[in-house]
Amino acid sequence: MLHKEDKDQKNNTKDIYDHNNDSACGLHCIKINNITVRAEEQTIIENINLHIHCGKVTAIIGRNGAGKTTLIRAILGEIKHSGGIEFMDLKDKTMKDLRIGYVPQYVNIEKNTPMSVYDLFAGYVSNAPIFFKKNKKVYEKVKEQLAIFEAQDLIDKRACDLSGGELQRVLLAIAITPVPNLLLLDEPVSGIDRNGMDLFYKNIQTLKENYDLAMIVISHDFEFVRKYADHVILLDKTILKEGSFEEIRQCDDFKKVFGGEERQGY
Amino acid sequence: MDTLYEIMEKLLPVSWVEYNFMKNALLAIIIITPLFGILGTLVINNRMAFFSDALGHSALTGIAAGTLFGISDINISMILYAVLFALLLNYINRRKTLSTDTVISVFSSFSMAIGLMILSRGGNFSRYSSLLVGDILSITTGEIGLLCIIFVITILYWFRCFNRLNSVGVNASLARSKNINSRLMEDSFSILIAIIVMLSIKWVGILIINALLILPAAAGRNIASNMREYHLFSVLIAVFSGISGLILSYYLGTATGPTVVIIASIIFFITFFLRPSKDK
Repeated sequence: MLHKEDKDQKNNTKDIYDHNNDSACGLHCIKINNITVRAEEQTIIENINLHIHCGKVTAIIGRNGAGKTTLIRAILGEIKHSGGIEFMDLKDKTMKDLRIGYVPQYVNIEKNTPMSVYDLFAGYVSNAPIFFKKNKKVYEKVKEQLAIFEAQDLIDKRACDLSGGELQRVLLAIAITPVPNLLLLDEPVSGIDRNGMDLFYKNIQTLKENYDLAMIVISHDFEFVRKYADHVILLDKTILKEGSFEEIRQCDDFKKVFGGEERQGY
Repeated sequence: MDTLYEIMEKLLPVSWVEYNFMKNALLAIIIITPLFGILGTLVINNRMAFFSDALGHSALTGIAAGTLFGISDINISMILYAVLFALLLNYINRRKTLSTDTVISVFSSFSMAIGLMILSRGGNFSRYSSLLVGDILSITTGEIGLLCIIFVITILYWFRCFNRLNSVGVNASLARSKNINSRLMEDSFSILIAIIVMLSIKWVGILIINALLILPAAAGRNIASNMREYHLFSVLIAVFSGISGLILSYYLGTATGPTVVIIASIIFFITFFLRPSKDK
């Protein structure tokens, strides 16, 4: 088991030197088939079917406890679930291994932790022991990746001293190193100030235009959903409704869950 | 071993080097304190201080289990029990039915009570009370060999696994997305801590072993700003406290473990006031 994992890690290290920022071709298709998660006797989410393409942003909205984060964790393979995920390259009609990038809502780094952004980043993408010495090659690569989101100046700062927006840009850069096929973002704008949010929107646009990946975003921010989501999913244990944001907004279930008026973003 | 003793006698022109037990103690400290310094960094980062404390306390139960099953070498019974105990705690913790603190508290108290009950049968507990404070002068040449082996294993493990261990501590889901096996990392790290704590407990003592694991790293973290400084300071502080504590305890006639801990604590307070001003 250890052996296999090491091999994967080596592949990762190799791949971070690839420049894979071809813009989306729309020919990579990810099918999420019938995902159901049960904990003991309770069903948390059931029969989730999704079909997404690279270059598209799919937003998941829903009340608290609707199972949004559970769905993300099931896609990551972190929790037991039935059903599965298929990843197909329509160019040559072959199945491929899906590489997933993930931007978490928070990280477990306490105040006063001596972990620089380089340490945090290199820990995930490289095997060069971060406690021993700085690896120049990895350092340059990390800086380059951070620069995509205008975060290159943060590289020597301690991760615990970053603002919410700064940390998020670092996490975004980690998630797309190496470039994944599917990028998952869990409530990316919670705890971020106005400037940080504008920058975040810009970054999502950059990703959409320049990278060959599909995105699934959990969001409470309807302004973001309206502007950037190609497809919106209203989730409550199962998919209540899907379509464009305008379509979702008109439906009864949306009004039931969110009280008819959008609370945020306007 | 004899050549090593001779070298030490030549290098150190002080009276206490004449005693073989002091030389053994010094060797043991030089081998084991860097390990405490290294492991402590992640024990703190990944918030495992309470976990390692509970592991230390499980030593008594390990010995008790050993007496029940007729294992004469207490090192073996302690290590076996501690490893099982650590894996059990991890397993229950992953089920997330109770908070981590509660799980550790409940199982640690339960296990320790069983150990005390068995060992105190027939009023014999005083035989084991030396374990509470520890006695470094009792360390044998064979045990130093064991420490050397575990030293090499730990260093190799650290070079191979530190990045992944750290990543799991920061965010397990994120680690998962990078194909890191959190469970394997958590369990292997817990086993390593269990082994090192059990091999050191006889001379450091159950009551303060956790302090030795936590204090150097806690002090190092006050003044470090990245992982490299963190490790460097933590190891230096651990080794310095260990050696100076041994020497001081020799002249003061005190137990070594507590003396080491007091020095490490003083260093912690000094570094606390030396922190970069923006944190104050």
